[in-house]
Amino acid sequence: MALEDIIKPENLVYKKPDIMNDNPMHYCPGCSHGVVHKLVAEVIEEMGLVEDTIGVTPVGCAVFAYNYIDIDWEEAAHGRAPALATAIKRLRPNKLVFTYQGDGDLAAIGTAETIHACNRGESIAIIFINNGIYGMTGGQMAPTTIEGMKTATCPYGRDYKLNGYPLKITNQLKDLEGIRYVTRQSVQNAAAVRKTKKAIRKAFENCMDGKGGASVVEVVSTCSSGWKLTPEKANKWMEENMFPQYPLGDLIDKDANK
Amino acid sequence: MAKIKGAVVVNKDRCKGCQLCVVACPANVLAMSKQVNAKGYNYAIMANEDACVGCASCGIVCPDGCITVYKTKID
Amino acid sequence: MSEEVMLMKGNEAIAHAAIRCGCDGYFGYPITPQSEVMETLMEVEPWKTTGMVVLQAESEVSSINMVYGGAATGKKVMTSSSSPGVSLMQEGISYLAGAELPALIVNVMRGGPGLGTIQPSQSDYFQTCKGGGHGDYRLIALAPASVQEMADFVGLAFDLAFKYRNPAIILADGVIGQMMEKVVLPDFKPRRTDEEIEKQCPWAATGRKMSRKNNIITSLELKPEVMEQNNLRFQAKYKQIEENEVRYEEILCDDAEYLLVAFGCSARICQKACEMAREEGIKLGLLRPITLWPFPTKAIASYANKVKAMLSVELNAGQMVEDVRLAVNGKVPVEHYGRLGGIVFTPDEIVNAVKTKLM
Repeated sequence: MALEDIIKPENLVYKKPDIMNDNPMHYCPGCSHGVVHKLVAEVIEEMGLVEDTIGVTPVGCAVFAYNYIDIDWEEAAHGRAPALATAIKRLRPNKLVFTYQGDGDLAAIGTAETIHACNRGESIAIIFINNGIYGMTGGQMAPTTIEGMKTATCPYGRDYKLNGYPLKITNQLKDLEGIRYVTRQSVQNAAAVRKTKKAIRKAFENCMDGKGGASVVEVVSTCSSGWKLTPEKANKWMEENMFPQYPLGDLIDKDANK
Repeated sequence: MAKIKGAVVVNKDRCKGCQLCVVACPANVLAMSKQVNAKGYNYAIMANEDACVGCASCGIVCPDGCITVYKTKID
Repeated sequence: MSEEVMLMKGNEAIAHAAIRCGCDGYFGYPITPQSEVMETLMEVEPWKTTGMVVLQAESEVSSINMVYGGAATGKKVMTSSSSPGVSLMQEGISYLAGAELPALIVNVMRGGPGLGTIQPSQSDYFQTCKGGGHGDYRLIALAPASVQEMADFVGLAFDLAFKYRNPAIILADGVIGQMMEKVVLPDFKPRRTDEEIEKQCPWAATGRKMSRKNNIITSLELKPEVMEQNNLRFQAKYKQIEENEVRYEEILCDDAEYLLVAFGCSARICQKACEMAREEGIKLGLLRPITLWPFPTKAIASYANKVKAMLSVELNAGQMVEDVRLAVNGKVPVEHYGRLGGIVFTPDEIVNAVKTKLM
């Protein structure tokens, strides 16, 4: 059977979501951001919420997420996305409101906003990309950089004595009473991507059922440019080095077994 | 017995040559082109068309949304 | 309809006026001497009546970013604070200006620098009118001199903010915020419906209707040629505001030989000083800028042809005096008189300053 006989609309099994536009993404080859963007777009489409979603982009590599997914967006100051999302959701309670933040944005400069938005139980979803490095500014140390990992501002590897310890912020968020769902996922292969999509779907559904509570989906991710590895090797390095520090799975799901 | 047959269409202008689709393919269908696209990247191609079962793993892991996957049954 | 005269603090008037002018949301953090704004809102519970959202944030940084988030959806939102808190808000204010969002910030000034004092001051004039945050931007700045103006300026500030898609600030001080005075509150105006907001703010991030392009609220633009155009657009807007929105009050100016320039609580004390000076035969007048930006430059310039000298009277070390001097452009002497650190001058002191500095 010739390829052209297979390539027909009725045989379509996978394509990028419609609201993900054709603008070329500024991300480096193999960047996890692209996959997570796609999942966010897919879930919004599948939930039928294109007209009812307001996203908040961070400062960091994902600052331009608004150029790639055709929904309404607000671009926040560094770390402040959960504060924006708080107000948006309270003023427009029928909308799906989510933030998309990196580790520097969420776990360093925006720690207070993150913790307090979650603690207030805001009905928002936080998509948290943890790749242990500041990509946009050229690969500096992040709060989540693991021991020995080399970055532009810890060129000999992170030293706990000098720089303190990796901040496992989702471990803390899970204990807040305002939290409803915290999970840690990854996107290095198709199975992992499917799981992450389910997690994002659950987080977004939590925002819309009126029961309240914040949902956080951490995605342990790669930064091949920052890590100075090929995308394939970056995935392997992540599995071997990041996953022991940031083990995957649900940290808390208050709707489980209900 | 019905056989599943798939096809992968790569938007070669959008592809950045990260090769994650090549790694993700369980049937070793995909490879990188010798040619480069307008951006100078080698892009993903179907090197082994017959082996494709349309599982879409390549599309699912593609960070740039370059891949569309089709699948049909052949009796 | 008979107007009900009430007695209340300036800070309380801000809160009541916000509810009555259809404000959608207030986000704040306690700080002396303005805490009564949020306290009043929490006591009145407007979410039960008008649906207005009131939230105590974890910091001023968060408050102003909540304002940014709400303003970007086309809602009428505000915050209030006092000097150290407003310093923390400068980043967010710059973003509001850069993303061209309408919002209201109230600063009930106290003395600085640093933690300074909780007593009144006017030392945030520079911060308010000369930038404060980063970048070339302007805030529409209203300076109330009475509790009545605290109430009246809330609605006015929102109107101007939405007319020009620009943040507006009410620059009050500890005296105006804390003192009790009679006030007639504005009539109740319902909050706008979502449909009305869509119409008034087609730019707002309200959820993308398939009939339009997606709305993106951002201050970021990496292409320098586009960013320059953005800045030129802001400047054109600021010029329009300067042409249309200057507000000031002239008191005993007609025959004045000497002119005081003062805003907020200082203007009230100056008014008394004018009366006292006139009892001594000194023809003293007062020009009170109501908008600190846009500044009443033309009005002051015209007085430079009529009076012998001017005195800028401020509770600071000399800030607005720079704008008075720019307006006068060397035609007559312009001096400054101020008290610092939370001390408020008396009318006598001002009359003396006129005699020693101007005559």
